[in-house]
Amino acid sequence: MKDSFLYIENVSKSFDDVKALDDVSLAINKSELFSLLGASGCGKSTLLRIIAGFEKPDSGKIFLDGEDITDLPAYKRPLNIMFQSYALFPHLNVSNNIAFGLKEDRLDKKEIEKRTAEIINLLELDGLEKRKIDEISGGQQQRVALARCLVKKPKLLLLDEPLAALDKKLRIQTQFELVNLQYKLGITFIIVTHDQEEAMSLSDRMAVMQEGSILQVGNPVEVYEKPNNEYIAKFIGTANIINIEKLKTKNNSFQSIDLGIEIESFENKISSKCLIRPEKINITKSTMEKKINTNNSCKGIVKEVAYLGSYTKYLIQSNNYQFYVFQTNNFISENLNIKWDDIVDCSWNKEAIFLL
Amino acid sequence: MLAKLKNYKFWFVFTPYFWLVAFFFIPLAIILKISFSVSEWGMPPYKDILEIDNSGDFLLNITSGNYAFIFSDFFYLKSYLNSLSLAFTSTLICLIIGYPIAFYVAKSKPKIRNLLLILLIIPFWTSFLLRVYAWKVLLQGNGILNLILIKLGFIAEPLSLLYNHYAVILGVVYTYLPFMILPLYGYLVKFDLRLIDAANDLGSRKINTFFKVILPLSLPGIIAGCMLVFIPVVGEFVIPELLGGSDKLYFGKIIWDEFFVNRDWPVASALAMSGILFLIIPIVIFQISYSKYNFKNE
Repeated sequence: MKDSFLYIENVSKSFDDVKALDDVSLAINKSELFSLLGASGCGKSTLLRIIAGFEKPDSGKIFLDGEDITDLPAYKRPLNIMFQSYALFPHLNVSNNIAFGLKEDRLDKKEIEKRTAEIINLLELDGLEKRKIDEISGGQQQRVALARCLVKKPKLLLLDEPLAALDKKLRIQTQFELVNLQYKLGITFIIVTHDQEEAMSLSDRMAVMQEGSILQVGNPVEVYEKPNNEYIAKFIGTANIINIEKLKTKNNSFQSIDLGIEIESFENKISSKCLIRPEKINITKSTMEKKINTNNSCKGIVKEVAYLGSYTKYLIQSNNYQFYVFQTNNFISENLNIKWDDIVDCSWNKEAIFLL
Repeated sequence: MLAKLKNYKFWFVFTPYFWLVAFFFIPLAIILKISFSVSEWGMPPYKDILEIDNSGDFLLNITSGNYAFIFSDFFYLKSYLNSLSLAFTSTLICLIIGYPIAFYVAKSKPKIRNLLLILLIIPFWTSFLLRVYAWKVLLQGNGILNLILIKLGFIAEPLSLLYNHYAVILGVVYTYLPFMILPLYGYLVKFDLRLIDAANDLGSRKINTFFKVILPLSLPGIIAGCMLVFIPVVGEFVIPELLGGSDKLYFGKIIWDEFFVNRDWPVASALAMSGILFLIIPIVIFQISYSKYNFKNE
C-alpha cells in the first residue's frame, strides 16, 4: 500500500475529546479523481486539512509519492488546496493572486509571468488580470482559486467542496470542466463533498465516511450497486431496505416480513436486510383481479406521484410497507396515467436484490 | 423648508451636526478670533476685535503679532517638536504592543474574546486622572516598583523613575493603548483565517504570511489606531503635567501655561491654532493620497 501515490496510514485525530478521525487508512492512485464523501461532521474536512498540513494527526502517517510528509509543514508540501470559500486575497488583483505562490517560491520573474499567463489562458480568465477579487463573479472566483493552485503544478490538488458556492446550472457545467481539466493535466485530485451526486459524477473512486471512519472505498458503480451497509445504501441515492428472513428449505430465497412475499436473490448468503433501488422496480397498472403470487412481485397502492419530467417518482404501499419506485418516462411508457390510490403490480428481477 | 423642519428624519440626521457646530466649530471660531486679537490686562485679557470708540467710529483691533511672536521664539517650536516626537514614539510603542494583543483577542473563541474585550475596557470605568496618578505612586522614590527592586537586591538606592520623559511615554502608552487595540481589533476580527492557511499552502512561511497578507489587510485598522493615538497625544497636557519633569516641555503644557499662568490668551490661542494647522495639513494630505492609492488599486 505504501507504493500508492498518496497513502494515509492509520491516521487518528481528536479535538477536545471528540474523535474526528478514527484510525483511517486510505490509498489513492496517481492521476486519480478521488472523492471523500460524507455528511457534515464525518471527518472528511479534517482528513483534507491533515493532508494539506494545517492539522497534525495525533497518530498515523501520510506518504506522498513514497515520501513521508507527516511532519512536513504546509508550505513545504508539494500539494495545494482549493478552499470552499476560495480564500482569495482581497487586497490583490487576479493575476497577483495567481502569482502569489510562485513569488513565494522565489521563481524567476519571467518564469512567473509565463506560467501565470499560461494558466490564465487555460482557465479562460483573460481580460480579468487587473480586476480585484470582489469585482469578478462567483464562477470566475472559483476559476481564479483553481488557477492559483494549478499554477504551482502541484503533485496533488485538494478541493474542499469546490462547487458548493456556485448556483445549480453553473455547478453542473463546472463539474464537467473540472473533470476535463483533471484529465488534461493528469494531476491527482481529491475532492471533499457532501453531495453524493457530485461525488458520483466526478470521481474515479470515492470513499464514504461516517463518524471519523471510512465505510467503503470504491468506484461510483460499486458504491451505489453494492453498498457495504445500510447507511451507505441510504446515503447514496434512494434506497428501499426490506427486512428478510432466510428460507431454510430453498436456496437463494427469503421470506420478506415487510411485504409478506417470498423474495428470490441470485446470491446465496444469510442476510436480514436487502436493498432494492427504486429504478429497478417495474410497475404497471393492475388489470387482473386475482392476486399474483409469484416471487419478486407484489401488489401495491399508489400513495404519492411526483412527475419530474424525465422520470416519475411513485411511493407505493404494500402490506403496510412503503417503498419508492422510479420509472423513466420514455415514449412507450404507459405509466403516465397511474394516479393516486391506483392499484399497481410491482415486480423486479432477482439481480435487483442486493443482500446487505 | 418649514415642511422639512417638521420632518423627524431631518432632526434625527442633523442633531449631531447642530451639536458639532455649537460645541466644536463655534468654540474653535472664538479661539481663532482671540488668536488675532491684542492682549491687555483685564477680563477677558484681550481687546475685542471690533470696538466702537467714543466718537462712534469702528475700530479694528487685529494683529498677526501673536503668530509672529510664537514663530520667532524657538521655544514654542521646540515644545511642538517634543510633542510630535512623544506622539510618534508612543504611537509606535502602542502599535507594537497593541497589534499582537488585538490579534490574539480577535482570534480567541467568542466567549473568551468578550471577556478579554471587557478587560480592555474596564480601565475606562475609573477616572483617567486617577489612573495616571496611580503611576505616580508606583514610580516614585519610595514607590512600589523601587521597593520591590531594592528588596530583590537589584538596586541599592531608589531609581528616579518619575518626572522625566520616559515616565511620560509610559503614561501615554498606558493610557492610549486601548485606543490602538480597539480599532485594530475591529479589523482583525473580520479577518478570514483561511487566508492564512491559503498563504501557508501556497508556500508562505509565517513571517511572509504576516507581511504579505495579514499586515496589508489590517492596514486600515493600523491607520485608524495610529490616528486615534497620535492626534490626541500631540496636545496631551495632563500626563506630562503629572509624570513629566523639566527635561522636556510639551506643547499642551505650554498652551496651558500661556492661558493660565501668563494669562496671555491671544498667544495661547495662536499656539492652539498653529498646532491644529500643523497637524491637520499632513493628515489631510495623507488621507487624500491614501484614498487615491486605494482608488488606483481598485
